[in-house]
This record gives sequence, structure tokens and C-alpha cells, in this order.
Amino acid sequence: MDLIVFLVLMLLGYGFGQWAEKRHYRSIREREARLRRRILLVQSRYPPQVGGGHRSQLVTGSVVVSVDYFKRFLAGLRNLFGGRVKSYETLIDRARREAILRMQEQALGLGADQVINLKLETASIYKGRRKAIGSIEVLAYGTALVPPAAAGA
Amino acid sequence: MLVTNLEIVPGQRIARHLGLVQGSTVRAKHVGRDLMAGIKNIFGGELKGYTELLQESRDEALARMREQAEAVGANAVLNVRFSTSSVAQGAAELFAYGTAVVLEGG
Repeated sequence: MDLIVFLVLMLLGYGFGQWAEKRHYRSIREREARLRRRILLVQSRYPPQVGGGHRSQLVTGSVVVSVDYFKRFLAGLRNLFGGRVKSYETLIDRARREAILRMQEQALGLGADQVINLKLETASIYKGRRKAIGSIEVLAYGTALVPPAAAGA
Repeated sequence: MLVTNLEIVPGQRIARHLGLVQGSTVRAKHVGRDLMAGIKNIFGGELKGYTELLQESRDEALARMREQAEAVGANAVLNVRFSTSSVAQGAAELFAYGTAVVLEGG
């Protein structure tokens, strides 16, 4: 009985997990391509020398994602042998890119043309059984610079 | 009140430095959301409820930090940082801190 439940959970996790991940990656790539042309993301701590009159505002984007049953099982196996845990790499990569995208979307909503001083923070917020990573939160934050023309409008 | 994670503000001068201000909040998820999270842990994917909850909590932490900054007479908080930690099973602490300053000129 236990084995059946386990197998069903594995199959569900594999099916839905792969499907959701593919769909998510597609959406991330689309939005990244769209936003890249409209908003500049700068890692620098100091604003570039611009005309002045830019208004600055804190923008944030966050996302909580969970790993699926199948991947958790794979990661559990990896724990025995050591090495790269690929199933978690894609999870964290997706979360990070999603958080940055959400932050950029917020900045764009304010009429900003660039975001500077980007910081990222990752926290594991829900620990599943046996201390396994259940879900992680990624927060991206930075300062949006709104050009004077857009600020007045 | 200006809240930013820059260390300087273009075109404005830091007239007075008032020290560190901080705001924090500890939130727990209710049972329904925990149940949803359990289900999502099988299928994988985004936990929208948690994303919202943490966003709300973060706004709360920021609001508390702002209050503290106002109390010391600042008109801006610079170099804001966030930090998240899970203090217990099912509860998370959201923490925001920054430097309270008085800005002059424009």
C-alpha cells in the first residue's frame, strides 16, 4: 500500500513538476526578452551621471516556489552520493529570475527607466520532513530611477 | 519619507545622520495555507499564498522601520536591507533595516 502511494506521488510530482517547470521557463524567457529592451538593470551602487532630477524609489519582487516530490526524491538520492543537485539548481534559478522580473515589472509600472543597486536574498522558509528543503523564497530589491518626465506625468 | 537602498541620494545632501532604524515582524501561516503548501510540495510550483503573505509581512516590517525613522526625526532611510529567517517550523521573520538621515537641498 505504502509503495503504491509512493509511486503515485512520484508520478504526479514528475508529471506536473516537469510540465510546470517548462511552462515557467518559457514565460521567464519571454518576459526577460521583453523587459530587457525597456528597463536597464545596473548592479552599480551609485547612480550613473544622468541629467539629474530622477526620482528614486525602492522596488521589490519576491516569489516562493516549492520543489516537487520527484525532484525531492532525486535530491535525497544525491545526498547519498554527493555531487551536483541539478533538480534544486533549476528551482533556485527559476525563483531568482522570476523575482527579478517581478521587481522590474514593478519599476516599469512606476515609469522607471532603470533599476540600480540590485540585491538578492534567498531564504528557505518551509522545511519539509527530515530537514529537506521544501520551498524557498527569493527576494530581489533595488532602487528604481524614474526620469523627471515620467515622474511629472 | 524616502526609502531607498542607495547610500546617497542624487542632488541631495545628507545633513544629519541619525543611526540605524529597523522594523521586523514574525508571521505564521494558517493551517489552510500550510495544507496547500503540503500539496504543492508534491506537485512543485509557486506557492502564491506564501508569496503574498511574505510580501505583506515585508510591507509591515518596512512600515515599522518608517515609524521608527519618523520618531527620530528623519526624512529618509538610506541603504535599506532585507533579511528573512525561519525561526520555527511554519513561522518566518521578516526584517528590514537601514540608516535614518535628514536630507537637505534638492
